[in-house]
Amino acid sequence: MANKRFSDASSALEGLLFDGMTIAAGGFGLCGIPENLISAIRDSGVKDLTIYSNNAGVDDFGLGLLLQTKQVKKMVSSYVGENAEFMRQYLSGELELEFNPQGTLAERMRAGGAGIPGFYTKTGVGTLVAEGKEHKDFDGETYIMERGIVADLAIVKAWKGDEHGNLVYRKTSRNFNPLAATCGKVTVAEVEEIVPLGSLDPDNIHTPSVYVQRLLKGQHEKRIEQRTIRTA
Amino acid sequence: MPWDRNQMAARAAQELEDGTYVNLGIGIPTLVSNYIPEGVDVTLQSENGMLGMGPFPTEDEIDADLINAGKQTITELDRTSYFNSADSFAMIRGGHIALSILGAMEVSETGDLANWMIPGKLVKGMGGAMDLVAGVKRVVIIMDHTNKAGETKLLKECSLPLTGKGVVDRVISNLGVFDVVEGGLKVVELAPEVTLDEVKQKTEATIVE
Repeated sequence: MANKRFSDASSALEGLLFDGMTIAAGGFGLCGIPENLISAIRDSGVKDLTIYSNNAGVDDFGLGLLLQTKQVKKMVSSYVGENAEFMRQYLSGELELEFNPQGTLAERMRAGGAGIPGFYTKTGVGTLVAEGKEHKDFDGETYIMERGIVADLAIVKAWKGDEHGNLVYRKTSRNFNPLAATCGKVTVAEVEEIVPLGSLDPDNIHTPSVYVQRLLKGQHEKRIEQRTIRTA
Repeated sequence: MPWDRNQMAARAAQELEDGTYVNLGIGIPTLVSNYIPEGVDVTLQSENGMLGMGPFPTEDEIDADLINAGKQTITELDRTSYFNSADSFAMIRGGHIALSILGAMEVSETGDLANWMIPGKLVKGMGGAMDLVAGVKRVVIIMDHTNKAGETKLLKECSLPLTGKGVVDRVISNLGVFDVVEGGLKVVELAPEVTLDEVKQKTEATIVE
């Protein structure tokens, strides 16, 4: 069996990073983000990155770390409202930004990973998102064509993984992770726990191992953005 | 007397139909879940990957892996299911969600919606809003009738970049309830003591009587 297991995020990324590369990242807000891999990418100093990720982290956590160090050339995201540094770099023209509707971004990753180069969606018809895209009518309704994404590297975070690379996510931290995992030419997964082969239920694997080339056990802060409680 | 945000949310809760799947947007729409009428059972979808969203947690129940689309900590119910973002938007885009209640910056008399950016000023992004308005069966907007400068938000045409074209079915503002119909907005209901004259004065969109 190929050894997919690496001791830490930096060694798991060895030989994979280059300036100007594209990276697909899992996570929604700060939930289910590959914290360890993001830090290792920052420490590597690789630059001019194009990153496909629903959000851009906050100023001092998540993908915000790569914005602080100006390693990002372009973000492709649906929502970046939590990040003041992002807004500053974008409005001053230092950072390129392509807004994708959230469902379109998810489907672009899914399609790219499934060998589908483009698909049609109603989302965004009649808006800025549709500009310059092919329009086509099906059954009397107008759709636009969106492209599948294949990234040079995908970075994802799962709850548990086995040594073969089968992954299981927990609750809403699943989000974009299984989709990003499929659309990387190489996919590196960080997990909270590496479990023995055979201990994950084969009927309940979220990401089958074929999508995962490298695996590491990370340390996860799991920061909460909006700590909201009910008063009993 | 115009409605306050809780009264708007309570009015919007009357839109919920028993046995349906519903997506509530961020902000005032989130408050709608506090006013679900007795005997009405709805399942709330959170587009980050959850059906069957429960109430906010107690301090002991807080779980960093369990948040809603507004990134707030929440809880699960006995009916809850989790899924990835592509499956989540397959439900939305595929027309399986009955209703979405969203906020807005502007709505036009033809049901155009603008709620995601102000060029050069506020660039946050559309999140899932464009997918929601394109895919769910019915779109209800909750918003103040006028902006902070006192200018109407119900226009003949939106001035801001659109989230969707011809997608809004009903608007619930602090002044009343309005349906998008042929030719303009039809008054369905007015808030207590609000007059039709006041509504007309504060609305640029054509009011159809």
